[in-house]
Amino acid sequence: MSASISVRVGAISEVVPGIKEFSLSRPDGAPLPSYSGGSHVLVTLPGASRAHRNSYSLMGDPSRTDAYRIAVRRHAGSRGGSRVLHEQVEVGTPLTISHPLNLFPIARLGRKHILVAGGIGVTPIIAQAHDLARRGADFEVHYAFRAPDQAAYADVLRDLAGTRLHRYCTASGERIDFRGMLADQPIGTHLYVCGPVNFIDAARSAARAHRWPSSHIHSEQFLSPPVGSAFEVHLARSGRRIAVAPDISLLEAIEQAGVAAPQSCRGGACGQCETEVMEADGQIAHHDVYLSEADKAAGRKIMLCVSRLQGRRLVLNL
Amino acid sequence: MSIAFKNETFRDDFTFRNSPAAVRRFPFPFAEDTYAYSVNIEPHTPGAAGSAFEFAFDIDEHYVAECEDRRVTLSLDPERYVALPHMMDAQWDFLELVFDSLARDYPQHFGLRKDGARWTWINRPLGIQDTFTFGDSTTLAREPFDYAARQAQGDFVLLDQRDGDLWADAGMVTSQADWSLAFDAGMSFKQWHGPVPMAHEIGVFDRALKYLLALRQGQPVRRLNWTMTVNPRLDTSPESYPLWGPDRTLVTTENAGRLVHLRVELQALFRLPRSNGILFSIRCYLASLDDIAKYPRWSKRLLRVLQSLPPQLVEYKGLVRYRDAVMSWLSRYEDGQPIGRGTHPE
Repeated sequence: MSASISVRVGAISEVVPGIKEFSLSRPDGAPLPSYSGGSHVLVTLPGASRAHRNSYSLMGDPSRTDAYRIAVRRHAGSRGGSRVLHEQVEVGTPLTISHPLNLFPIARLGRKHILVAGGIGVTPIIAQAHDLARRGADFEVHYAFRAPDQAAYADVLRDLAGTRLHRYCTASGERIDFRGMLADQPIGTHLYVCGPVNFIDAARSAARAHRWPSSHIHSEQFLSPPVGSAFEVHLARSGRRIAVAPDISLLEAIEQAGVAAPQSCRGGACGQCETEVMEADGQIAHHDVYLSEADKAAGRKIMLCVSRLQGRRLVLNL
Repeated sequence: MSIAFKNETFRDDFTFRNSPAAVRRFPFPFAEDTYAYSVNIEPHTPGAAGSAFEFAFDIDEHYVAECEDRRVTLSLDPERYVALPHMMDAQWDFLELVFDSLARDYPQHFGLRKDGARWTWINRPLGIQDTFTFGDSTTLAREPFDYAARQAQGDFVLLDQRDGDLWADAGMVTSQADWSLAFDAGMSFKQWHGPVPMAHEIGVFDRALKYLLALRQGQPVRRLNWTMTVNPRLDTSPESYPLWGPDRTLVTTENAGRLVHLRVELQALFRLPRSNGILFSIRCYLASLDDIAKYPRWSKRLLRVLQSLPPQLVEYKGLVRYRDAVMSWLSRYEDGQPIGRGTHPE
């Protein structure tokens, strides 16, 4: 079994302004592995100076194995991933993807499931809704979008959830009332949220305010490595000194120097690249959603894929 | 190449024997003279042709006899099979993974024809041919996991992933080294590893769990585990302890070569596609000390490992009663010369 899958872009469509959908198939037409709702793949994109590797949620019906579908919003401040997809990738472009991984799975023992999507965060929610509908589970979907012309895939969700789909158009002043929505749910209900940071925070704090157990609150967010300032990293075990340029992530700089570091999602979510910080002459800018607040404050751990140093010299146990 | 399946037993008269080729491919677990716990997980990628690591699920000359032994154990104690209701997607994932693999890797023995969701499975060694609808349990005589696991060599546990943990929510376990599926069913990762000495303290299970939670499809991993068993008995479960426990008092320096077996488990973990569960496969290999002694590297190495084994592990692996007899038997091969690193025989 190979670690990566070669695919070709089969179709590209602009679903709504600013969001493009890409369908990915094997060149020989062989089926792709089936997956579970909430899964993502790591996509390697060709770039002018270097390859970009970003995680994207698989959307669509997980039982369809002829093609994977991803939908990508164009980000103005993108370092490259979404810009390459929007500007350079064409029908027929060969890409490499990882096998699916699910960091946002449906809890199988849940009695009821509330799926909440904000904007492009709708992509894993669609696949989850497919799974729940197939299993005949009790679920509802709440979907918030900026404007009427931004309601990507609302029709798909309506087909899956029927009257259990609730739509919120921000431009019309509609907001999800998380406190009200979560106030009166039966025991055994699970909440799944995908969307912008503030959106996820609002849902999580409402659930906590109602004393929901943390095991029943699920969210997912992949982050792009932010652009920062340059610094130098010293790898204590391999004795290497590596310069990290402003627009390169720590993980990318280490890999470009030929050192293999543990990694998987490259978006601050899975935890595989957690590394011990031995010395730092500045603050660590933690951008991940994996480490606890206590760990972030202690400054002894860093997620290589998205976090950086605000300083000059970082020493890692690597 | 066609495998010549043996007609042999793993109980009562114990007619199990390894052919010379089976001894040579035995997955000897010790690369060094001492044994220590570690997160010894490596990618389950195809190994050398003919080795126990060549394919995802190894089938060898003992396949038919092991399936028969499993049938007997299940008929005596049906609780060796457990599947909680929320594991049905994982059951079909298991059937698909095992049948796809066997049909691809051993086409002379197994076949799988797919006409949409209508599948026909052919198992020539066991004389089975069935047609069923994938995803529809009513089209099989048993639940899909029960049906497929009875035709696969080794034990299998299906783990559900939730709450940042892995739960043993289904299993078919008939050749275990003294652990109980009925006891462990429904337990979390650290709960079912509770009895293991020393490893919790050094954080082995924290690291292993974190690694497994992010295990990707298509990238299975494996490790070897080991213990020793008196007589080539597959069913050394707590439930059948009265049958095999007393055997440990029978070992002497004279009979150890025939009675005592090194028991190696090739354990592999596969992410399952639809259920997002994990399959934990445990494939048991037995080799008598007489078998091991065909290769001086192995006999010397095993002796040195047993000599340096911490007392807690001697106790945990149930070796207290007969370790001395085994070491005495093996000592004739000790020449004091160093053995190079590695598990390979001469």
